[in-house]
Amino acid sequence: MKVLYFAWLRERLNRGEEDVSPPPEVVTVGDLIAWLRSRDEAADLAMRKPELVKAAIDTKIVPHDTPLGDARVVALFPPMTGG
Amino acid sequence: MAARLQEAAFDPGAETNVFLAETAGAGAAVSFTGLVRSLPNDPVLGVTLECYPELAQSQIGAIIADAVARFGLLKATVIHRYGALQPGEPIVQVMTLAPRREAAFKGAEFLMDFLKTDAPFWKKETTPAGDRWVEARVADDDARERWR
Repeated sequence: MKVLYFAWLRERLNRGEEDVSPPPEVVTVGDLIAWLRSRDEAADLAMRKPELVKAAIDTKIVPHDTPLGDARVVALFPPMTGG
Repeated sequence: MAARLQEAAFDPGAETNVFLAETAGAGAAVSFTGLVRSLPNDPVLGVTLECYPELAQSQIGAIIADAVARFGLLKATVIHRYGALQPGEPIVQVMTLAPRREAAFKGAEFLMDFLKTDAPFWKKETTPAGDRWVEARVADDDARERWR
């Protein structure tokens, strides 16, 4: 599974994407965020307020309780500031 | 119906003329242009817009479809830039065409309110004091929620 990061999340993690293989107990987007935080300190700090992390699975925006299923690309990003 | 993402600058007047070239049956057209803001008490030297293109394309397409269905628009176009922009430059243009003005105005406002909160763009401002990411505004969330 590929994880993409945008804006200040990308900057704080110092990477725009990575390939990950989460364990089977990682079921939802929220689980994935918690698992990513448990792996390294930068991710833990960057996502310490999970409510500020929005997610999209295969280019569809989803809430944190959404199952990852067969997700190929999960994007994590701050609240959007377009327009 | 069109959603256009581009790094290059665009000419709002020329875009409006293209939009107005086909107006069969319409009585009202609205064109809104959003610009890079720089205020005397809060100067901005430039803005960089980061974008998730694949998601932006699908999100803007869905927002346009929603606006068209909701207000009975005859046509709607969104142009949104990304990359490096200077103060005063157009960032976004929204154009709507409808039988009457109320739908055209409301459709344009609806499109802008949803672009602010639901289109995957992130603004980083360069200021005399350094760079800063623009934070999402509660007022923008409120503006979007009133359409629910």
